Amino acid sequence: MTAALLPRFAAGTLPRLRQPSVLPGFGLTLGFTLLYLSAVVLVPLGALVAKAAGLGISDFAALATDPRTLAALRLSFLAALAAASINAVFGVLVAWVLVRYDFPLRRVVDAVIDLPFALPTAVAGIALTALYAPNGWVGQYLAPLGLKIAYTPLGVVAALTFVGLPFVVRTVEPVLRDLDRDVEEAAATLGASRRQTVFRVVLPALLPSILTGFALALARAVGEYGSVIFIAGNIPYVSEIAPLLIVIRLEEYDYAAATALAAEMLGIAFLMLLTINLIQAVGRRRLGRHA
Amino acid sequence: MRRNVEPVASAAPLDRPAKSGLEARDPARRRWQAPTGERPAVRRLLIAAALAFLGFVLVLPLVLVFVEALKGGVGVYLAALADPDALAAIRLTLLVSAIAVPANLVFGLCAAWAIAKFDFVGKSFLITLIDLPFSVSPVVAGLVFVLIFGSQGALGPWLSDHGIDVVFAVPGIALATIFVTFPFVARELIPLMQEQGTGDEEAAISLGASGLQAFRLVTLPNVRWALLYGVLLCNARAMGEFGAVSVVSGHIRGVTDTMPLHVEILYNEYAFPAAFAVASLLALLALATLLLKSLLEWRHGGGLKPRRGH
Amino acid sequence: MDISIRRLRKEFDRYPALHGVSLDIASGELLALLGPSGSGKTTLLRLIAGLEFPTSGAVFFGAEDASQKSVRERNVGFVFQHYALFRHMSVADNIAFGLRVRDRATRPPEDVIRRRAAELLELVQLPQIGNRFPHQLSGGQRQRVALARALAIEPQVLLLDEPFGALDAKVRKELRRWLRELHERTGHTTVFVTHDQEEAMEMSDRVVVMGQGRIEQVGAPDEIYDRPASAFVHGFIGDSSALSVTVDRGEVFLGRRSLGPLAAGLPDGPARMLLRPHDLELTAQSAGAIAGRIAAVRRHGGARMIELEVGDKGERLEVAVPASTPICPEPVQAFRPLRWQIYPAG
Repeated sequence: MTAALLPRFAAGTLPRLRQPSVLPGFGLTLGFTLLYLSAVVLVPLGALVAKAAGLGISDFAALATDPRTLAALRLSFLAALAAASINAVFGVLVAWVLVRYDFPLRRVVDAVIDLPFALPTAVAGIALTALYAPNGWVGQYLAPLGLKIAYTPLGVVAALTFVGLPFVVRTVEPVLRDLDRDVEEAAATLGASRRQTVFRVVLPALLPSILTGFALALARAVGEYGSVIFIAGNIPYVSEIAPLLIVIRLEEYDYAAATALAAEMLGIAFLMLLTINLIQAVGRRRLGRHA
Repeated sequence: MRRNVEPVASAAPLDRPAKSGLEARDPARRRWQAPTGERPAVRRLLIAAALAFLGFVLVLPLVLVFVEALKGGVGVYLAALADPDALAAIRLTLLVSAIAVPANLVFGLCAAWAIAKFDFVGKSFLITLIDLPFSVSPVVAGLVFVLIFGSQGALGPWLSDHGIDVVFAVPGIALATIFVTFPFVARELIPLMQEQGTGDEEAAISLGASGLQAFRLVTLPNVRWALLYGVLLCNARAMGEFGAVSVVSGHIRGVTDTMPLHVEILYNEYAFPAAFAVASLLALLALATLLLKSLLEWRHGGGLKPRRGH
Repeated sequence: MDISIRRLRKEFDRYPALHGVSLDIASGELLALLGPSGSGKTTLLRLIAGLEFPTSGAVFFGAEDASQKSVRERNVGFVFQHYALFRHMSVADNIAFGLRVRDRATRPPEDVIRRRAAELLELVQLPQIGNRFPHQLSGGQRQRVALARALAIEPQVLLLDEPFGALDAKVRKELRRWLRELHERTGHTTVFVTHDQEEAMEMSDRVVVMGQGRIEQVGAPDEIYDRPASAFVHGFIGDSSALSVTVDRGEVFLGRRSLGPLAAGLPDGPARMLLRPHDLELTAQSAGAIAGRIAAVRRHGGARMIELEVGDKGERLEVAVPASTPICPEPVQAFRPLRWQIYPAG
């Protein structure tokens, strides 16, 4: 329908919905894009929303505020927040080291950063579990210190840290690379120490990109499932994440509870997407168009 | 003032020609600080901290997969891979990604053409919608298809009456995989094609090329490396997807198990060497993806990623 | 604060950017470092500031050797070519930065810092913009803010790298006059880098002409223009044409024609004679004159430019005559040089 309407608007009497162009194929490609987007993403998600709405307000509220559900959501969110914070700190450090310093195997390190994008989450999950289990390569040295990572909420944080690692690095890296060195030189001529220059000049300039990376890592981590379920221990109210609870409800054929929780998570996802766009818009406004 | 008292030539110790090389420079270097660099000690400390973090979070788990897989010896390793259920899982994984990747490739090209080469109302909203699957939990992605096509769903009963099973069968797995890998190709292409603008295509059309010819002869060569890059990432995710597929597959061994699901089953059965053996195949896939990606970046770095900031 | 530069040499990856340069800058002077790109002028400025470390040589601030000091200890005000303002800080915070980063013992109280920032904005004639952000300012405003920020630390020396390079012509002209006035009022020792000879000539007390990592000439603008020390300076400053001539016992020959004993004291052999367009006079006599075929006549402001083809090599000589001069019907004309410079070739 949209495609059929467009030529009429382009003729000029109505406000233009698209700028005229000599290139062909707009109607066809946009039409297909919208169709495919609707079929694969929008209609299925709409079905979820419709199903959740069909539950009625009181039923939905009861299911959504069920203590086990809330505990699972809280764990998913807090663990994701902790992991994204770890990644914000170390992501900036890694981006800094990659952009500013030269060291052996720099290119290999650069390539390895993207491993969480390429390695299936289940593989990451069993590997991290084996690594941080009390008898694992790393876990055996932590156990005597009373530090248990696998099968605790800490394990959730560890898995989510793995999953979210590339986001901060990859959003900060290009901004840091484009940062003009003369700004740092200016700070030095004005008497700032290197530490003052980094903390008052460089990091504030990177802040929008750090926040974007943080939000992306957070959004990804809140919904993460595969890498977490192996290492979490999955004890209800303690180390049970929200996506796992959806799966459990489904296995119990409790579609209503699964739907309510899924709708909540979808709402959180929308909120994150909105936040990310907001951060970028504010960043652009504060720092000018070339931010 | 000093100028008048001391003639240039007698500005004593400094006028001595500097001793060659490091011995003349070194003592001074200790006091003078480059305005945009850190001291070597600080630099080494930061590099060490970054590498240690990456080592514990990324490298050790990767190494561990291969060590655990080969723990029982090569014989056990190969036997685990030759197991009929493992082979069935490999076949299904290949089949699903052979469906999902081309589907999203066609979509990515269409979406990128419409978005990058034309200006229209609601464009940025459309881009946001395309990004949506990135932030939806894979479990939710699987769930929506169960809700539609499952036995309780809207279309499920009607379809199964006509002999079509979606959930707990290949179509459901493929749909869930398409959902989670939906943005990959489009997201690689859109920024690059937006940056390249429409000049080249307009020139081709003004020279008499048809729209399809302009696309094939001008647009595609301009974006081929980014396209390959997007396909690589899409494929890695399609083969490795766990959460969404886990919800719709029903875990029927040898029938609806993909490789990641097979890893889970073996792991839960405490068949660790076999689990890690199958996992090592997936890890090799990840390494191959990273290697190809790095090669692409090193050789075609300029054209691959849009330069940010401008 | 006077500055002495002693045999300063700088190599980048073994490639010399500056070959042992010595220079004295008087207190309160406004000095221009002028040269084409790659002449080492910016390197010299950055070495004075301490942004680079010399391969050898030294920089004195007054009697004190500043060579060992880092840039933050040198207390120089540096204005960067692209201003290098901190984008995430307001204009007032930008100006106050240098005071706020001082350690507690020397840092003024916050209200003093704020007052000082306001005064500096007043000084650069932008009193109302303290709360704005750099990206909301025009190029000329950014330039002034960068200058105010550099002045905030009460620098001993003010260094400016291509201060007007990124501005359009009209703003540039305004700012030049304004900066000159500001300099007269504040009296800072000021060094600025430029590749624009007009800018250097108009603004500075003395001009340092640089080429290929060396100082070619130091002098007042008039001196540089009227008595260029080398063919390079002559060619770089103002318009000029070069002719290949031969010197034989002080007598200058253009081809086989003698121009007279113009080069007393110069070694025999090939040389280059440089002439400015206004330093030639139309003449009817042929003795001692440069004769040539008129290749082109152009109108150039209040003057008429004649391009003269001279000698059998076809070298071109530009001559400016008043616009009222009738263009001669004869294709061959003779001009008498009024002022010239002759430099040994090579």
